[in-house]
Amino acid sequence: MDFLSLKKEALTEWNDLLNGSVPVIMVGNATCGRSAGASSLIKGLNSKVLSKNIECKVIEVGCIGMCYQEPIVSIYNPGEPLTVYGNVSENDVEKLIDAHLIRNEIVNENIIGTLGDTQLENVNNIWETSVLKPQERLVLKNCGIIDPTNLNHYLANNGYGGLQEAFQLSAQEVLERVKESGLRGRGGAGFPTWKKWQFCKDQQNDTKYLICNADEGDPGAFMNRSLLEGDPHSLIEGMIIAAYTIGANTGYIYCRAEYPLALERLGLAISQAEQNNLLGEDILGSGFNFRIKIKEGAGAFVCGEETALIASIEGKRGMPRPRPPFPAISGLWDKPTIINNVETLASVARIMQNEPGWFSRFGTEKSKGTKTFALVGKIKNTGLIEVPMGITLKEIIYDIGGGISADKKFKAVQTGGPSGGCVPANMIDLKVDYESLTEAGTIMGSGGLVVMDEDNCMVDVAKYFIDFAHKESCGECAPCRLGTKQMLDILEDIVSGKGTMEDLDLLEDLGKGIKSGSLCGLGQTAPNPVLTTIRYFKDEYIEHIQNKRCPSKVCKELIFYDILPDKCTGCHICFKVCPASAISGDPKELHKIDQSLCIKCGMCMDKCPEKFNAIDVYPGNKVSED
Amino acid sequence: MNEKLKETFSSFEGKEEELIPLLQKVQEILGFLSDESMEEIARFIRVPASMVYGVATFYTQFRFVPKGEKHIMLCRGTACHVKGAPRIQEEVENQIGIKVGETSEDLKYSLENVACIGACSLAPCAMVNDSVEANLSPKKIEKLFSTSGGR
Repeated sequence: MDFLSLKKEALTEWNDLLNGSVPVIMVGNATCGRSAGASSLIKGLNSKVLSKNIECKVIEVGCIGMCYQEPIVSIYNPGEPLTVYGNVSENDVEKLIDAHLIRNEIVNENIIGTLGDTQLENVNNIWETSVLKPQERLVLKNCGIIDPTNLNHYLANNGYGGLQEAFQLSAQEVLERVKESGLRGRGGAGFPTWKKWQFCKDQQNDTKYLICNADEGDPGAFMNRSLLEGDPHSLIEGMIIAAYTIGANTGYIYCRAEYPLALERLGLAISQAEQNNLLGEDILGSGFNFRIKIKEGAGAFVCGEETALIASIEGKRGMPRPRPPFPAISGLWDKPTIINNVETLASVARIMQNEPGWFSRFGTEKSKGTKTFALVGKIKNTGLIEVPMGITLKEIIYDIGGGISADKKFKAVQTGGPSGGCVPANMIDLKVDYESLTEAGTIMGSGGLVVMDEDNCMVDVAKYFIDFAHKESCGECAPCRLGTKQMLDILEDIVSGKGTMEDLDLLEDLGKGIKSGSLCGLGQTAPNPVLTTIRYFKDEYIEHIQNKRCPSKVCKELIFYDILPDKCTGCHICFKVCPASAISGDPKELHKIDQSLCIKCGMCMDKCPEKFNAIDVYPGNKVSED
Repeated sequence: MNEKLKETFSSFEGKEEELIPLLQKVQEILGFLSDESMEEIARFIRVPASMVYGVATFYTQFRFVPKGEKHIMLCRGTACHVKGAPRIQEEVENQIGIKVGETSEDLKYSLENVACIGACSLAPCAMVNDSVEANLSPKKIEKLFSTSGGR
């Protein structure tokens, strides 16, 4: 079938689905939905629909991004707009079907809003809600809307329209379009995509490779996973366009093995594309050949580094090598190779699907377009978001994120994972673009945005990241291998009350040395979390060092647990659970903690019944009264 | 050679670049990488066994002791960390009586850390075999593991 008939068929199927005479129930069934119970919900829905003898289609879609509302169910009843419900439990299934499909009523407790152009009385369109209104969904536009396992759904939503457009142009013309869009690498560093492509395109070589980095190693980030699970064809379309531009006939997707669902959906999408002449020989009659292979990553953060990733595909230990030569000149098996991030390539598909000048309308002067973020941590509305570059942290945290969970005090936000830094609460008006974040000492990174509140200790966070970098250091160069270990040792001293004020200078000196002396991006950025926390939260370090107190009550050596005499009823539970036998007291008598025996595991506080709440934790150390 | 291994190798060509997929496939079948299996892989792709071992030990996915019936992977991602993952780890270790990196003697449990399973909005979380356990708390851990014969 040629592309036009393929597309016509797809449009018919799509229109029949959303404007047809049969009701449709869509369930968000990506990893987050599944973890919240979507799979068993689907089973329940199917059996209810069967037992009630209702004609209805139940389909699975990806993640719309509102993870805090999972499982999410959208119902289309002919003649009405698609209605989206959140936090749907298996017990709600019957109620939803009865009310919405049989009695034609809205279930108010679970409603999020409507989708589509038509409106329901007294119900918001979901794009008008505070969570979605500030967002611009360019890359994620299909996620949670289409069935990712159905090629027709993608085609009906302008899918592969960008590829068709690209094939009308010369490779250089496509490159110009990408240049004009202002797209910069979404993997973190923000290098202009067109420039990287131009280096590779200019190489005279019969064999070139395109690699998509879908390893997403940053702890605290899942943007790529959601896109791969919810809209895998976007990536494939972007890859074909990129390969056509640089002249590569083989592509690899290097994806983490920890993402089984993403791997499954990618594999299916690739075979669908092959069956429909979107991959393989003479794609859509253009004369261009391109094949994609999937390589499963085996769990090494350093493989996010281009040359390490290449070594890993070649079957070696994922260790980086010095650059130059850059991979665009000599990469996989010494051939010119382009490595782009998932979001970058999906953005390319959107850029080509739309008219010139469309993408650059979003964002700031130097940072064009949008960026996806995994908004997580101590925030009410956790999830996957896509915002125009230049939006402020305040808008992200308070408008989209709904503020800090449990109404605690906002302390900091961490961007860029182990390569990034922590931005303090007083810089909440900071704009989210490459330049502003770099100036603040952090980086854009691939898109993890971890929000921290007053209960998070910044010294502990710094230690967490340097511990991560130290463990993930491949060991090739000394500054990274030994330097991160030294920084970790010093931080361990500080959190256990053995730190000195000189340690702070030493940390800064070491950090600068590691940054300038390391071979690859891992070491060059590893000190960032420590350096930014010293820059913005020095007083917290000083509290740990001079007063031996952890003000956020996190660092075990610098806190103590105590029993509140007016609340303890002598229920004896803490006595039984204490693994160190540090609690004394007879039943129905006031209990007491022997501080010299206490190992500060916190088990007594966890187990103390909520109605008493007789145990609390305090910064510092209590001197035993006896 | 182990019949299972022979069968596994038949879908590969024996090229050096296939080393990591081979290790992954063998581990999928055996549950871990035995010394014997790594030596067989080395012979198959004609490289020194030390190279196979070197690659296998580089990546965190590979394990050299068998997995337990319940394989628990505790997420230590940033979102999980700031929401109390260290405390969750203590509680799990307490309940099932083994430390991270160990497999219980009766092969009932094995416990590992994983950098991030990407379910950050449900932090703190863990994977138990193939399913994600979300929004963990010490109380939830107790429920999950205590009835199945911990300590």
